[in-house]
Amino acid sequence: MNKTINQKAWFFVIPVFILVAFNAIIPLMTVVNYAFQETFGNNVFMWEGTRWFKQIMLSERFHASLGRQFLFTFIILFIQIPLGIAIALSMPKEGIGVPVCLVLMSMPLLIPWNVVGAMWNIFALPDIGFLGHSLNALGFDYNFTQQIGDAWFTTILMDVWHWTSLVVLLSYAGLQSIQPAYYQAAEIDGASRWAVFTKIELPKMKKVLTIAILLRFMDSFMIYTEPFVLTGGGPGNATAFLSIDLVKMALGQFDLGPAAAMSLIYFFIVLLVCWVFYTLMMRNEGNQ
Amino acid sequence: MKKAKWIVPTVYIIFLMLPIYWLLNMSFKTTTEIINTYTLWPQEFTFDNYKKIFTDSTWYTGYLNSIYYVVMNTVISVAAALPAAYAFSRYKFLGDKHLFFWLLTNRMAPPAVFALPFFQFYSSVNLFDTHVAVALSHCLFNIPLAVWILEGFMSAVPKELDETAYVDGYSFWRFFFKIFIPTITAGIGITMFFCFMFSWVELLLAKTLTAVAAKPIAATMTRTASTSGYELGLLAAAGSLTIIPGAIVIYFVRNYIAKGFALGRV
Repeated sequence: MNKTINQKAWFFVIPVFILVAFNAIIPLMTVVNYAFQETFGNNVFMWEGTRWFKQIMLSERFHASLGRQFLFTFIILFIQIPLGIAIALSMPKEGIGVPVCLVLMSMPLLIPWNVVGAMWNIFALPDIGFLGHSLNALGFDYNFTQQIGDAWFTTILMDVWHWTSLVVLLSYAGLQSIQPAYYQAAEIDGASRWAVFTKIELPKMKKVLTIAILLRFMDSFMIYTEPFVLTGGGPGNATAFLSIDLVKMALGQFDLGPAAAMSLIYFFIVLLVCWVFYTLMMRNEGNQ
Repeated sequence: MKKAKWIVPTVYIIFLMLPIYWLLNMSFKTTTEIINTYTLWPQEFTFDNYKKIFTDSTWYTGYLNSIYYVVMNTVISVAAALPAAYAFSRYKFLGDKHLFFWLLTNRMAPPAVFALPFFQFYSSVNLFDTHVAVALSHCLFNIPLAVWILEGFMSAVPKELDETAYVDGYSFWRFFFKIFIPTITAGIGITMFFCFMFSWVELLLAKTLTAVAAKPIAATMTRTASTSGYELGLLAAAGSLTIIPGAIVIYFVRNYIAKGFALGRV
């Protein structure tokens, strides 16, 4: 769409700008403040320069939690995106099935995150939980509070349960916007199911899928509450993702300097990845 | 082939419903039954857990607090985002692209990064433990999201609509409220759904910014779990009740979800 140049449009943006700046810039300045200084309380600060940043960048603990974070995000994207597309493809296109599917599938999205964690905790407990009990009855030695592999399996399964529906909803909406004429044309040409998928459906879903990947990347990268309630980061530190590690450092040990430096590095990584996505997305929009 | 298609969504929905069923199942059991036996449905069906929640004010005020700040946040977010999204979809202005990306970065900011500074900041302006504090802090991620979604819907409305209205002698605000907003109700519905959703499910900030007066239900749950022993039945009942507001909201926007997405960002 051709946009008119109008500097007065800033007046429309001002309320949003003030509200977000109030929440973003002032607290961010506090973080920056801590990141470069050492404090012993009583508002006494000493300049520390980049010491905290060096300390974090070189610490094994940070490397480990960052590695776990990337592994986790990669696995859940790898499962949720294809699964979401597959489910959206096989959903009914009209009739009573549509609202039923949509309402039931949206349910996990609207459950508070700590309830999701608590629910999965109860569900996966080896003695009284359905999942844990069934797996043990089938002969698996399953205990997510003791074994690292089981803890990862449960956390990933929980995230798949929690968020695949978002991908489904977005993909479904993308599919709905395809005109029936495209399918008719494909049928006349005798196109295979696979060709219909790669040549018609996938290109039409490209935009929503970018949004889905972006949202899933951001949210899984900041995941905190669900694994915290489910495993508490354990066993050991096996499921201590970045946010969990950060909160432990900031509020548990009150190492404000290193925690602030870690926050900034953390934020910077998210920003970088999202900037790449965003640029790619905008380029796509420009092409159309 | 046509019949087989039903299998995938059905299996998926069963997978989604299993943990929810287990939570409901637990909420109707007595504590002894939960701890001592493994049963697929309650043997001694009891409403005691729910009775406790509805009669004990520390429990039910948690729900009221949550609903109060979530509604407040949804209203603030959508009201502020409407003119901004209009500006982004219709006009070019100095720094528009940078501003839009800056807004999005706040959606990306991990709440864990902001928890401590928020606590200090809201304490220093005497807003700690108020509903307003939580509602305002959730604006951090809800306003960018609302602007993002609404901008998509507004860009889908042809600009000729605006121009025709001005030719017909409408003033800007009259056009905005009488013509423009009614044409994008689906978009507003979707936006409110997402704002409600993300504010309702967020806990880290809500918990950090409240102590007693505005404590959300989800925080009541975690604190009860740690202080008064492991009362799983009560916890399960409280958890089950947190699903209800979400379910009601979904029911109201169910038609928008499919249609709305297709009109807007897609």
